[in-house]
Amino acid sequence: MTMLQGFQIALHALRLNPLRSFLTMLGIVIGVASIVTVFAIGSGAQLRLQEQIRSIGANVLMITPGAVYQGGVRLKDGSKLTMTEGDVQAILEQIPEIQAAAGSLAGTAQVIHEGKNWNTTINGTTTGHFMVRDWQLASGRYFSGGEESGAGKVVILGSTVARELFAAGDDPIGAQIRIMKVPLEVVGVLDRKGPAQDDVAFVPLSTAKLRFLGSASNINRDSVAYIIAKVAADGQMAGARSEIESLLRQRHRVPAGQEDDFKVQDPAAAMEAQQGAIRTVALLLVAIASVSLLVGGISIMNVMIVSVTERTREIGIRRALGGRMRDIRLQFLCEALVLCLLGGAIGVAGGITLSMTVARMAGWVTSIDGEAIGLALAFSIATGLIFGFYPAHKASRLSPIEALKTE
Amino acid sequence: MSALPLISLRSVSRTYRTDGVAVTAVRNVSFDIAQGEIVAVMGPSGSGKSTLMNMIGLLDLPSEGAVHLEGANVAELSEDRRSSLRARSIGFVFQSYNLLARHNAIENVALPLVYCGVSRKERVVRAEQSLQAVGMLHRAHHFPRQLSGGEQQRVAIARALIASPLIVLADEPTGALDSRTGAEILALFAALNRTGQTIVMITHDPGIATQCRRTIRLHDGELVSDETVAELLPRRSVAS
Repeated sequence: MTMLQGFQIALHALRLNPLRSFLTMLGIVIGVASIVTVFAIGSGAQLRLQEQIRSIGANVLMITPGAVYQGGVRLKDGSKLTMTEGDVQAILEQIPEIQAAAGSLAGTAQVIHEGKNWNTTINGTTTGHFMVRDWQLASGRYFSGGEESGAGKVVILGSTVARELFAAGDDPIGAQIRIMKVPLEVVGVLDRKGPAQDDVAFVPLSTAKLRFLGSASNINRDSVAYIIAKVAADGQMAGARSEIESLLRQRHRVPAGQEDDFKVQDPAAAMEAQQGAIRTVALLLVAIASVSLLVGGISIMNVMIVSVTERTREIGIRRALGGRMRDIRLQFLCEALVLCLLGGAIGVAGGITLSMTVARMAGWVTSIDGEAIGLALAFSIATGLIFGFYPAHKASRLSPIEALKTE
Repeated sequence: MSALPLISLRSVSRTYRTDGVAVTAVRNVSFDIAQGEIVAVMGPSGSGKSTLMNMIGLLDLPSEGAVHLEGANVAELSEDRRSSLRARSIGFVFQSYNLLARHNAIENVALPLVYCGVSRKERVVRAEQSLQAVGMLHRAHHFPRQLSGGEQQRVAIARALIASPLIVLADEPTGALDSRTGAEILALFAALNRTGQTIVMITHDPGIATQCRRTIRLHDGELVSDETVAELLPRRSVAS
């Protein structure tokens, strides 16, 4: 008997009892579906992080406000803007490893163009920001020197904002938009960098201060919310970081032994660490999902043992008519394999559907890769072989004479 | 009788050991069966008929003595080889038909060919021929439960014949049938035998035995007589 005949006999037998066959493979279906879903969500989260890491740009350091003491009371990190434009200048001029640096102030606001409007992040910064992040223009230009120093009424749009405010054929360059009642001219539209990054509008730092944030009480004329700086080479990251730290301690007059009022971070490194954590969690979830595959395997073994008992006479007849022991073994092994493969296939389809539903409903990024599907199917084949072998072996060892006597 | 018997039993005994008690089902039985014979093996229940049939059918091996099929000692063959021989050289007919309930007549008939490595297409062609030979082609796609006992037994006979076996082994083939249907089945066997098919029929019914040219009688596992009549009874020779 060939493998193909084995599968034909198996399919015939399973078709006779569709409900039982389906219930038998349900454990495998659930196990495989969970594995595929967990993989899809896990690798989706990793993709999103990788995109964020890429969007920050290579070799970027980020300086944010740290703890502040006011009269001995330790305030929350970032509760006071401790960085200034002077710090940006000092970092640029005094630290040779730094290629570009820019300070930013950011908030959210409604942007309006004719009949359309959109809520987005308004980032007040300098052209250096785009240099640090290696962010190219899709069209138009960056801010001019005069616009940066003179609070020019200009704006550079991220691609999402451009898409939301302008019809497909419209050229945004030169158009007037309004942010908080201030009319601004669009001078540039940025390249795509990723869905999370493109939803932004940039104005000159001086414009942000003068026209949008001027009344905020915690802003002094010179301060910025954070600074980003680009280091020339990967190997210089640690050195540049400690130089920035000592420079800023000196500039901010932080006494020896007291905590810095700023923090220097390597966002890419932090996100890579986060990525490792996601991978660990995903692996843990896959391990849990594998348990249901194990349970599914046991249920298949159970049903196969019952089936062998029920079909003892059939086994006897097949043996009498010339079936070899290995033919009987193959027949029942094929049944277990078909159950697992079918269950695996349904599980893969279910997993894909589930992860697409999760993606739509929770707004998560999910990614279905062939590797996860292959792994899940390999798992189900292995389950079929492992848990199908014992019942099949048992069937093949039945004495044909005894089996024929069974009613 | 020809020089080389198809089947030859030499001092065959079969002892079963259950719960430490040895029971001898067949004791020191010797006989030959030649090509083209039709033989009735008779005896009351418990006389060792079925054990003898299992050994002739290569389902069981003697504890002592030897069974030869076409000169080969079956005990010296591998289990796989004996299985293959069952598929190709032995056709079983059982008292309770033993058709697979979930397969239709033609699938049941073709089953031995699955184990002979015959292609699906050829299996169908040969199963149809075999069904034709027993007059059951019109029931090819019926399931066993849709057939009467006599029809089921005809399908079982078609299955036994499909691989053109050396020998057809029938164990009480009419035991579950009414006398009229039983007579029809017996007539079918007689007709097959006239085409040269070797048949061994196990029965406890003396009426059936009288229709076979040769009768082997067993009692308590021992061979008590082995008689061949010169001619079948005249009544049988005019049938069919």
